[in-house]
Amino acid sequence: MAVTEGVRPVAERTSAKRPNRLFKNMTAKIASIPMILTALVVFIGCTLWTIYHSFTKSRLLPAPDKWVGWDQYERLWNTRRWLVSIENLAIYGVCSLVLSLVIGFTLAALLDRKIRGEAVFRTIFLYPFALSFIVTGLVWQWILNPQFGIQQVVRNWGWEGFTFDPLNNAEIVIYGILIAGIWQGSGFIMVIMLAGLRGIDQDIWKASRVEGIPAWKTYIFIIIPMMRPIFVTALVLIAAGIIKVYDLVVAQTSGGPGIASEVPAKYVIEKMFQAQNLGQGFAASTMMLVSVLVVLIPWAYLEFGGKRRD
Amino acid sequence: MTDATQTTPQRTAAAMSGPRGPKPRRRITPSNIMLYSILFVASVYYLLPLYVMVVTSLKGMPEIRLGNVFSPPVEVTFEPWVKAWSEACTGINCDGLSRGFFNSVNILIPSVVLSIAIASVNGYALANWKFKGSEVFFTILIFGAFIPYQVMIYPIVILLREMGQGISAVTGTDFRLMGSLWGLVIVHSIFGMPILTLLFRNYFTSLPDELFKAARVDGVGFWGIYFRIMLPMSLPIFVVAIILQVTGIWNDFLFGVIYTKPDTYPMTVQLNNIVNSVQGVKEYNVNMAATLLTGLVPLVIYFVSGKLFVRGIAAGAVKG
Repeated sequence: MAVTEGVRPVAERTSAKRPNRLFKNMTAKIASIPMILTALVVFIGCTLWTIYHSFTKSRLLPAPDKWVGWDQYERLWNTRRWLVSIENLAIYGVCSLVLSLVIGFTLAALLDRKIRGEAVFRTIFLYPFALSFIVTGLVWQWILNPQFGIQQVVRNWGWEGFTFDPLNNAEIVIYGILIAGIWQGSGFIMVIMLAGLRGIDQDIWKASRVEGIPAWKTYIFIIIPMMRPIFVTALVLIAAGIIKVYDLVVAQTSGGPGIASEVPAKYVIEKMFQAQNLGQGFAASTMMLVSVLVVLIPWAYLEFGGKRRD
Repeated sequence: MTDATQTTPQRTAAAMSGPRGPKPRRRITPSNIMLYSILFVASVYYLLPLYVMVVTSLKGMPEIRLGNVFSPPVEVTFEPWVKAWSEACTGINCDGLSRGFFNSVNILIPSVVLSIAIASVNGYALANWKFKGSEVFFTILIFGAFIPYQVMIYPIVILLREMGQGISAVTGTDFRLMGSLWGLVIVHSIFGMPILTLLFRNYFTSLPDELFKAARVDGVGFWGIYFRIMLPMSLPIFVVAIILQVTGIWNDFLFGVIYTKPDTYPMTVQLNNIVNSVQGVKEYNVNMAATLLTGLVPLVIYFVSGKLFVRGIAAGAVKG
């Protein structure tokens, strides 16, 4: 096979300038079939399929002929559970975006100060990222347990009235999940930031030292603006992760108390596979896609539109 | 940092005290004390859950009821570990996490092999055998990585069901993709494809082009170059890809719960069912032992692989 393959391109070059385009690189094309199928059938085909069916009255089975227009979306935005999910996602999203960036950058900046034992600290900060959201959620469920966890420890210290029971308080349950989410993911942002800091020219530091500018000012006014692309990358990665939040909630609270910690991804899965209300699931997942596009399109525009200009 | 280690004993003996003057001052400045104390406080936050898991899993239930999550065990017992592994109940059966562990292993090995095989060929084709439209498919793939899984999950259920029926009809057997291990393997290969293809494409692009051209001149074809030149040269990137996939697939929950049935549930799903099952008395020590057991595989990989793990996850970050 290898021999016959190799002969052809040479023959091409000598005889005709351009034989049939379709058969050029035939083996490469055949080898790429899994990629082509994934791109076309799964990423484009399945997405369009779901969007189309979100306009139908699919219940237990997809019903492509029962067109109902925007009905599913109307019902979706009138469902309290969905609104709670969106609100939770917004709170979780904004907080985890800000906290991940701040913690990630701060830790990276501290590690970049030529300290001893950098590798040890880095290992400690990053190891949660290797663990699954299920493990993360279950551990933090246990640590935040009101009877034995942090609340009880502080009470044992003598502060009897101390209450910190986020997982059973509908008002603040999402922050309980946030603590776990930050624990799992911020080390990853630190690694990205650290790579960015290492890429900064050391002469910048020398220059700012010569000028007598304090380190924190150098970070805020010189280093951070220089690291804009890194921040954008981190932002996109965090945002893409936030929308997918599902397992963490399932493990830590199962959406409770009541529906207080529901998230959109969980709403979709439950509508599709438990409530036998496919249409709602499709509509909700299409809304998730829309929210991703809202983040992704400006980023892609900045990233690729900017490059073309240069 | 470096100049301290450069000073050799002979040099110090030669009474060269002058240039070494400013060194010792560095480590005890107030700002350094601040720096280290912040790092230590942060370390406590990150290490606490691991500590709690270990400590809880080594205590007996009476001790847990008396104390709090942070108190170290007075009497160390490994019984919770044994129970988590072989006796814990999920509501359906009571044979512990071991079932989930072996399910996960059975899912993991073919998924890792298949996804890496496909993605490395993709990357190779994209780097060295560009054809009309190849970049378009690659762009779709990369953007596809950002599509929420929930959008594609249901149509894939249908696809797997239909494909399974097709294969059954052709072979005359009762072959199912949906709800079986192989369906999940395909799903993992599909969703691992964007990041892995990117990883391999970037790596193969960085290899010197002359190698490829020389092989072409010698008449070696697509697969010949792939197996005889590219594969032997790209061992490090394969290790990175393996680390990435093993941790990713082991930690997966969503696909496991949707594309498999209860008796083939992977470890994460089973763990969640054990810990969050509503029946019976909550055995926190068994739960934590089970949690730690599930986390052990990625943790071991993380601590053993070290820098390569970082390279793997950083490779996903250079998308932009």
